[in-house]
Amino acid sequence: MEETILDVRGLRTSFFTDEGEVKAVDGVSFSVPKGKTLGIVGESGSGKSITSLSILRLLAENGKVVDGEIRYKGENILDFSEKKMRSLRGNKISMIFQEPMTSLNPVFTVGQQISESLTTHQGMNKKQAMAKSVDLLKLVGIPSPEKRVTQYPYELSGGMRQRVMIAMALACNPEILVADEPTTALDVTIQAQILGLIKDLQNRLGMSVILITHDLGVVAETCDYVAVMYAGQVVEYSDVRTLFRKPRHPYTVGLLKSLPRPDADQEKLVPIHGMVPSPFNMPKGCRFAPRCPAATDLCREKLPDLFDDGEGNQVRCWIYDEEWPGPKEVDVFGEKRIAQG
Amino acid sequence: MLKYIIRRVLQTIPVLIGVSILVFSLMHLIPGNPAQIIAGEGASEQTVRQIEERLGLNDPIHIQYFNYMSGVLQGDLGNSVRSGRAVSDEIATRFWVTVELSFYATVLAVFLGLMAGIISAVRRYTLADTAIMIVALFGLSMPNFWLGLVLIDWFAIGGDWLPEWAKLRPSGWGDSWRQVILPVITLGTGGAAIIARMTRSSMLEVINQDYIRTARAKGLTDRIVTYRHALKNALIPVVTVVGLEFGGFLGGAVLTETIFAINGMGRLTVQAITQRDFPIVQGAVLVLSVLFVFVNLIVDISYKLLNKRIDLN
Repeated sequence: MEETILDVRGLRTSFFTDEGEVKAVDGVSFSVPKGKTLGIVGESGSGKSITSLSILRLLAENGKVVDGEIRYKGENILDFSEKKMRSLRGNKISMIFQEPMTSLNPVFTVGQQISESLTTHQGMNKKQAMAKSVDLLKLVGIPSPEKRVTQYPYELSGGMRQRVMIAMALACNPEILVADEPTTALDVTIQAQILGLIKDLQNRLGMSVILITHDLGVVAETCDYVAVMYAGQVVEYSDVRTLFRKPRHPYTVGLLKSLPRPDADQEKLVPIHGMVPSPFNMPKGCRFAPRCPAATDLCREKLPDLFDDGEGNQVRCWIYDEEWPGPKEVDVFGEKRIAQG
Repeated sequence: MLKYIIRRVLQTIPVLIGVSILVFSLMHLIPGNPAQIIAGEGASEQTVRQIEERLGLNDPIHIQYFNYMSGVLQGDLGNSVRSGRAVSDEIATRFWVTVELSFYATVLAVFLGLMAGIISAVRRYTLADTAIMIVALFGLSMPNFWLGLVLIDWFAIGGDWLPEWAKLRPSGWGDSWRQVILPVITLGTGGAAIIARMTRSSMLEVINQDYIRTARAKGLTDRIVTYRHALKNALIPVVTVVGLEFGGFLGGAVLTETIFAINGMGRLTVQAITQRDFPIVQGAVLVLSVLFVFVNLIVDISYKLLNKRIDLN
């Protein structure tokens, strides 16, 4: 059994706006094994980024974790004082963001920005930190790091800036790197380089990675485990092979069916009809029920739990529960699934 | 950077030429014969002719401009038509009074404005923020001639400060803080309010930027995030405002100096206008304009230094 470094259970994060409470994350559970990569997939607005910000407790002012646990090495970080939390951020748990163009402070040099983590957490003086910054830039593959370290962000390209962000995140040898769509804003060749770099550094440094993405191709290439999110909830969690070979949640099946694959014998891509529900008007039962081809009255009335198959794979779907009222063999987007009931 | 400074300095040349043409034209843009206006309505033909002769008004206009400018470049702004003294001497005694007044007003405006703006931004949407912003709105809304009169009424007349004023230097400008504080407050309050509002909104905008989230994700304290990462960015637009305020104070000093009977450039100009002393008006406006152009130059260069993102092209 692998050692779990981060375990998220029943996480619920809400934003309190003038129009009322927005439940951005409403029931997210997953675990991140040490040294492995967890992918969090879902479409825009499914709560992926909010989940990652919740882990670092970096939510906007009107956002709040209202329920759940985030256990880092067994301790619930939601109980940590702000001071203790700060000693984790950038030190044990680091984060890189989607937008490299705006995520670096424009008025400080690259070196100053990387040094900051080192002087804050490692007690280095400025000179030591600057020397280490040069090493880090070298580590993330930036040519002539001695020159780059004194440059300002505007002097660097998007790909370079994302490398700087990675260098900054890795400064203190974190145990967990949270990467929130690190390649979305970059062009395809740079994307591959950045993902390769993260993977390579992970192997060398032995850290765990939480990779947030909406790109299933990226998941297949880089992740060991996957949590699929839909409308603020995790609907399926399993290892990456199981997920791609035999997805169980109808949403996951639908996602994979709508993906063009050169290896499969596809006549047509199968779309998922309908729209993601509005956070102000969530369905009463299963959130995917309005778009699910196999939905029953039970699905529309009652929200399913995450059912565990006993091998660590979880799915939030009535098909796999004893209460399932439908047929034994269920047709989900053209694929057959055997009901448990 | 050096290239930018050189280019920016060179850019002031056409501006200064334009300013000099405008200032020179002052006398000629007034309807009627300037010599007649200077001499007054009842003046004899002969007096008018003499003034025309003295000011060289009979030469072709481009020769007049050339003569004026060659004088200006040598520090000769002509002579007052009333006192006969050199305009440059008249201005020299008044210039530093106005600069000093404007400088103190700027210091006050920056100090109060930044403090109020930062407190408001850090405690946004609290009672303190609302209170500060209401006060700032008042400060902004009060015309300074009115504020000056109220301050005189409260502190100088009602508050026993009047004796201090009796000891003022002939310039009307004093050495003790009591002699200086009222005009400085009068001139600086509006600027303080503008800087406070600017600082607050600039801070609030910066606080929501991605790089602030990055700074927090590094585990920095709120203090460092606010004062190091946010403030340095938020101050960039504020610097421009401060420079413009200083420039505005130089012009705004006209009212303040008149109210407090301070013999600065502003009062000199007002007096010269009422006495139709054109060489003085020209000289004073020229000096203030040149000063304003240089203040702007300094603002632009410091803006550039603070914000290395600005594209030179």
